Amino acid sequence: MLKTFSLGGIHPAENKLSANSAIQVLPIPEIVSIPISQHIGAPATPIVKKGDEVKVGQLIAKSSGFVSANIHSSVSGTVFKVDEIIDASSFRRTCVIIKVDGDEWMETIDRSKDLVKEISASKEEIVKKIAEAGIVGLGGATFPAHVKLSVPPGKTADVLIINAVECEPYLTSDHRVMLEKGDEVLVGTQVLMKALGVDKAIIGIENNKPDAIAHLTKLAANYQGIEICPLKTQYPQGGEKQLISATIKREIPSGALPIEVGAVVQNVGTALAVYEAVQKNKPLFERVATITGKSLKNPSNWLFRIGTPVKDLVDAAGGLPEDTGKIIGGGPMMGKALTTIDVPLTKGSSGLLLIPREEAARKEAKPCIRCGKCVSVCPMGLEPFLLMVLADKKEYERLESDAVMDCIECGSCSFTCPANRPLLDYIRLGKGKVGQIMRSRK
Amino acid sequence: MNTKVLIAPSPHVHSGDSIQKNMYGVVFAMLPALIFSFVYFGMGAIIVTLTAVASCYLFEFLITKYLLKKVPTITDGSALITGILLAFNVPANLPIWIILIGALVAIGIGKMTFGGLGNNVFNPALVGRVFLLISFPVQMTSWPKALGFNTSYLDAETGATPLAIIKEGLKNGEPLSQLMHDVPSNLDLLMGNMGGSMGEVAGAALLLGLAYMLFKKIITWHIPVAVLGTVAVFSGILHMANPEAYAGPLFHLLTGGLLLGAIFMATDYVTSPMSNKGMLIYGIGIGFLTVIIRVFGAYPEGVSFAILIMNAFVPLINVYVKPKRFGEKRK
Repeated sequence: MLKTFSLGGIHPAENKLSANSAIQVLPIPEIVSIPISQHIGAPATPIVKKGDEVKVGQLIAKSSGFVSANIHSSVSGTVFKVDEIIDASSFRRTCVIIKVDGDEWMETIDRSKDLVKEISASKEEIVKKIAEAGIVGLGGATFPAHVKLSVPPGKTADVLIINAVECEPYLTSDHRVMLEKGDEVLVGTQVLMKALGVDKAIIGIENNKPDAIAHLTKLAANYQGIEICPLKTQYPQGGEKQLISATIKREIPSGALPIEVGAVVQNVGTALAVYEAVQKNKPLFERVATITGKSLKNPSNWLFRIGTPVKDLVDAAGGLPEDTGKIIGGGPMMGKALTTIDVPLTKGSSGLLLIPREEAARKEAKPCIRCGKCVSVCPMGLEPFLLMVLADKKEYERLESDAVMDCIECGSCSFTCPANRPLLDYIRLGKGKVGQIMRSRK
Repeated sequence: MNTKVLIAPSPHVHSGDSIQKNMYGVVFAMLPALIFSFVYFGMGAIIVTLTAVASCYLFEFLITKYLLKKVPTITDGSALITGILLAFNVPANLPIWIILIGALVAIGIGKMTFGGLGNNVFNPALVGRVFLLISFPVQMTSWPKALGFNTSYLDAETGATPLAIIKEGLKNGEPLSQLMHDVPSNLDLLMGNMGGSMGEVAGAALLLGLAYMLFKKIITWHIPVAVLGTVAVFSGILHMANPEAYAGPLFHLLTGGLLLGAIFMATDYVTSPMSNKGMLIYGIGIGFLTVIIRVFGAYPEGVSFAILIMNAFVPLINVYVKPKRFGEKRK
């Protein structure tokens, strides 16, 4: 029996259309718009102004707090302006807009292809470098990576878990990174192990990627303390709590962080970025994303510069299909619908999914038939049908006592509901309100 | 960009499961028992089924359209299930006018007074059945004998159910070992060779339906296993305590409407608990009450009453029995 998490879960159609498409390099656009907030936490503070010349990898916005991250230029050229534009969230956000001129990198970046296996940096230097490089969780949550590596006093980490699950249907960027950058990922993992002072790392990969499991298992033999852990394909295994439950059978208590059970989780793409930052001195200004969809001409994986318009990625994959009904930034389960493709790609862009019109519309919601399927699939052991009713009736006290704040918003309940009820929509509203009430109490 | 795109929160995909799929899945699972009843009770079973189904559809349509003034919901398949289950729960020679009353009570009182599908507290078919049992006890307990495919309807020879034979006999002071000679063998019970309601006799066909529903994940094992397990254990204990007064577990499992109730009635989505733990409690309650009523109560058969009583506890179970939460501190 393959390992998986303890409660609930679903198995949506995988649709990994782009799994066999090797990572290609997306051409550098003529102009990039780099948002100063590409992470959870406080936006960075711009340190360049109109007319400044910048190089690839140059710091352009500084981290403005503990939970914040540096932003670097992904191109070389001239700062055209620092202004607000509409970003993927549909809100106006400050961006540094740069007119591209050539491709001149900072001299400090090691651009050679050689694998640097020897880790010379000390524990403190590693964390500092990761912070300087502006690395955030590349799984999509974009939590600043160095914050997770700063273990709070009184807690100790004993295991590092690398999230290579890629449980979202359609997305394949992590899969390709493992196949094409396996050694870099493993060195990055060792760098993270050193930063945490742990001698054990587990890389969790779902068994719908047998080639990645085989490849990394072979490579891992050359690295001390790294174990590859094949997992049963089951959504939402990429959730931190679910992944920890699947790999080391520990349950994070309600409201606590992974460190409570001695674990730190980092995405596999983050491990690659850590390798590049610590071993090659390269800040995070490019990453791999999948562009996919059933009607798309060429579902594929691309290495892109942060700030490139989403449109460029769509064009590279054959253009926007006629029947596009929904444009999703991320995967189909947790991704966000975009209003337009004229927004920039960011550190959190793991993929772009184009859903055909006939699959995009939601079906009419019917009365709840109390089948209990939402309860049985909930990975947090909640009762979505009840939470929806309580949110609708504004019964916030009961929502709180029925653990609405434990909801990880994976969407398994809405996905599975035979009556097409918008369970998660209502639960989100309830969570928002209960969160407010809880904060006001403090 | 000239395409209009939809904006909605995640998730952006759906399993494709629907109420209809589940309902018609249940109907498909009932087919073996339905075909069996046609073969065993012949014309009577066909007339009863058609009448029950047609009248359930009709009453649902009329009530939603003219009384509630809503868009009729008959296509969701739930009226079909109620119709078949009502037919399953009556003798195959029940007069048509009684069936019509049963359907009206099932749909009108059992389902629509609560607000239609999803809101009813009690299983509609059982509400109809129990109403008929209390109102027309004679017609509801004169069971036609299974005679193979026959064309007669009202004139078929009638006989008692195995449970009634045992109950009457014990009341008259006959020893159980003697009475067991008067009832069919276990194999005959499993194959439906006994008196009873048209859908409850063929245990094997009902079990086939159960297997299908479990395989298709329409229901989980919790309720049927809890009901049948509890009946087996409880009746087994009584039997061991006094083999001359209490029939054995296998007899209890195969007779009366127990299999029908455990597989198709107790598992009704709307009127059963939502969590696995709740389902187990509910199933154990049904099994326990069934044996109590059968052995100590006034009726030879107790599944219908047991399910209806436990239906009433479902809201309470849903409130007090919470699923195991992830990361919950174990006490």
